[in-house]
Amino acid sequence: MDDNQFQIANFKLQTERYIRQSRFAPLGEDGQRRLMAGRALVCGCGALGSAIANALVRAGAGLVRIVDRDFVELSNLQRQSLFDEQDAAAGTPKAVAAAEKLRRINSTVAVEPVVADVNPMNVECFCEGIDAILDGTDNFETRFLLNDVAVKSGIPWIYGGCVGAEGQTMTILPGETPCLGCLMETCPPWGSTPTCDTAGILGPIVGVIASIQAMEAIKILSGNRAAVSKSLTAVDLWQNRIRQIDVQKLLEAADCPTCKRREFPWLAGREGSRTAVLCGRNAVQITPPRAISSLDELAARLSPHFALVKNAYLLRFRAEDCEITLFADGRAIVSGTDDIGVARSIYAKYIGA
Amino acid sequence: MQIELNGENREAPEGITVADLLEVLKLAGKPVAVEVNRELVIKARHAEHHLAPGDRVEVVSLVGGG
Repeated sequence: MDDNQFQIANFKLQTERYIRQSRFAPLGEDGQRRLMAGRALVCGCGALGSAIANALVRAGAGLVRIVDRDFVELSNLQRQSLFDEQDAAAGTPKAVAAAEKLRRINSTVAVEPVVADVNPMNVECFCEGIDAILDGTDNFETRFLLNDVAVKSGIPWIYGGCVGAEGQTMTILPGETPCLGCLMETCPPWGSTPTCDTAGILGPIVGVIASIQAMEAIKILSGNRAAVSKSLTAVDLWQNRIRQIDVQKLLEAADCPTCKRREFPWLAGREGSRTAVLCGRNAVQITPPRAISSLDELAARLSPHFALVKNAYLLRFRAEDCEITLFADGRAIVSGTDDIGVARSIYAKYIGA
Repeated sequence: MQIELNGENREAPEGITVADLLEVLKLAGKPVAVEVNRELVIKARHAEHHLAPGDRVEVVSLVGGG
């Protein structure tokens, strides 16, 4: 087969693969071609990230870069749709396990796995050449960092979050729609919001929120920005409620440090937690910028699931082969690892960041 | 007075503000988006926005898992 024949065969193959998609008139063949040149960053590849990456790779995005700091565990399989028992037994990094699966699904998409903890130092590098950022993270700290980098570089990004049977999503088109800072003003105090590991999570809500996020990305990558949602969408699959809150008003109302004052405090490293490996102790110290809301409130959330040691100054419990000691000022020492990514992941899962 | 909160009727003290309501719901200081009669009430106005009988209030707690 010469080059030309190869290209014709390849074109036919691609046309056939995406025929049901390009037949949808608002997308069409032009939209499909733009989508196939589009580049997406999936930040975090747990439940939301798996489902988002799956949808985008099947749909034929040009490049899907997947960044995740975590490893597959058995307790992930109930909702994290790209992983299986083998991945859990082997403890494969999620980004790597996801990429292997995704390449078998669609070998024509460039899938780039990156095993890393996203932080102010590396986040801009991951966003290089990216057309849409998708939120698959499990904590607000990383979301505020993504919000800073997205607004600074003018890259659309799609917030999504889930806990229990409910979830929300909002698309941010920098300069056109309010950003996460407009909506939330500040990152909630560390330890103040429920996490999937303390409040639980059901698989189907992940599918709903991730599907909305993936559809928003398909609109953006295919050049259909006008179809992007201007609302915060909140879905509760247990109470059977779907709500859309028009947030456009925030664009004028909020004096947002990120999109109005363009200060990007998270990207500058002024906000966000600090970490230090404690030499010779196989432990990592994590210091959030502000005190946690309440040690008692956190103890109430953790006590049904962990044997807690608690006194006026600290809380201590074991999770994932590590011992976590949390002080009233929010500082935590995670013993049993010297890996900052592992320690930050544990903090986000059980305390909430 | 009666208000509708997240689709359900509920008794609330006369003239209660959005901020008071969040306090009652133990959501003060938590990340929320509040809508009254299909109109977003921005955080800076929570303490001065008084609810009226029959108001339809939606409180969305923003969640961080994923």
